Amino acid sequence: MSEDTGAVRESYLTAFNVIAGAIVVVGLILTALRFTKGLGAVTNLSHNNPWGIWIGFDLLAGVALAAGGYVTSAAVYIFGMKRYHSAVRSAVLTGFLGYALVVVALNYDVGQPWRLPYPFIMQQGTTSVLFEVGACVLLYLIVLFIEFTPAPLEWLGLKKARNLAVKLTMVLTIFGVILSTLHQSSLGALFLIAPAKLHPLWYSPYLPIYFFVSSIIAGLSMVMFESTLTHRYFSHKMDVVHLQEKDEVTLGFGKAAAWVLAGYFMIKVVGLSAGDNWRLLGTGYGVWFLVELLGFVALPCFLFAVGVREGNRKLIRWTAALTVVGVMVNRLNVSLVAFNWHLPQSERYFPRWTEIGISIFLVTLGLIAFRFIVTRMPILYAHKDYEDPH
Amino acid sequence: MESAFHTLQQFMTHTKGVTYLLIVGILVVMAGFWRFLTERDEDAGD
Repeated sequence: MSEDTGAVRESYLTAFNVIAGAIVVVGLILTALRFTKGLGAVTNLSHNNPWGIWIGFDLLAGVALAAGGYVTSAAVYIFGMKRYHSAVRSAVLTGFLGYALVVVALNYDVGQPWRLPYPFIMQQGTTSVLFEVGACVLLYLIVLFIEFTPAPLEWLGLKKARNLAVKLTMVLTIFGVILSTLHQSSLGALFLIAPAKLHPLWYSPYLPIYFFVSSIIAGLSMVMFESTLTHRYFSHKMDVVHLQEKDEVTLGFGKAAAWVLAGYFMIKVVGLSAGDNWRLLGTGYGVWFLVELLGFVALPCFLFAVGVREGNRKLIRWTAALTVVGVMVNRLNVSLVAFNWHLPQSERYFPRWTEIGISIFLVTLGLIAFRFIVTRMPILYAHKDYEDPH
Repeated sequence: MESAFHTLQQFMTHTKGVTYLLIVGILVVMAGFWRFLTERDEDAGD
């Protein structure tokens, strides 16, 4: 751990700053294009394909990968696994930034940001799955914000407000688990309305369960992946407790991920059997389905298990990265690759570079915000005035 | 596997039958996997 004294000033021309700066400049230009010229100017979206990578990647994968907040909070505060306490703040911060960026990304897709609250004040009813997703994301973003506030309040020296926020920890954790269970599964439920559009290998009445269970896997893997990166780039900011608990977090979360991945693999096979879709495995889509199921579910499951048995932390961390990629692949498969699969190739959607550019821009904004917060606030170390774990 | 079903009853009987057998297998495999995952913990006295 080290608190910046400001005595040593480093140059701003670091590789990260230069690359991130260039991405932000391009991203701002694309943002201006999107909001002045409309969707047609920057996307390949159409009436057949109204949801592109801003939904498939930014929203579906983004929400899943931001699940580390509720998974870690539940493990520590509800299940009493205090040995993982050092991972909570960075997991909550990642979750908060992830959800905040999901909402920002949503504005690019729907446009007219001032109409974002419309579902809550002007709408036809509350029975829509999308309404439930919107309501849960709004509420969970607020929950994550309050869960995150002890760090900035400690940084600002606002002791009373910080103590009040800490007292709410258990209530917020319970809210977080409830809201996440609801909306993570509902994101899968969105596709239940389109059984004819989604390839039968990916369509299943169990889609909400798949999305929820895989969000737990995504959350666990993301915490391990993010922990690897923070230890590499911000180890000078960590206190002894964080450095000591690092390996325990990796082994514990690796074991949990192996077990949940095994369960996920099994329910995917059950879904395959219940739909009697075995014969489709021999088709081109079947091969891609097997790549997803064996390469991004069964393989990481086995590698996590071997890593935990052997105590091989490096293997676990690499496997976490593979699993993060696997969750992205799954969400893109459901929303893009296997969606509208029956349409001729000329009608299929492929993102324009400007869409990818916006997504990279938003991820970069997240990284910049994460770095800004981690280098200033007590995320990776306990503030000297509040060293008691809460 | 050729699956020509003429009624929903036939489809459900077939798929549920296969799935139930599969679930028995899953229960056995999951127990074995849990053992594989945790046996070194027991050796370490955790």
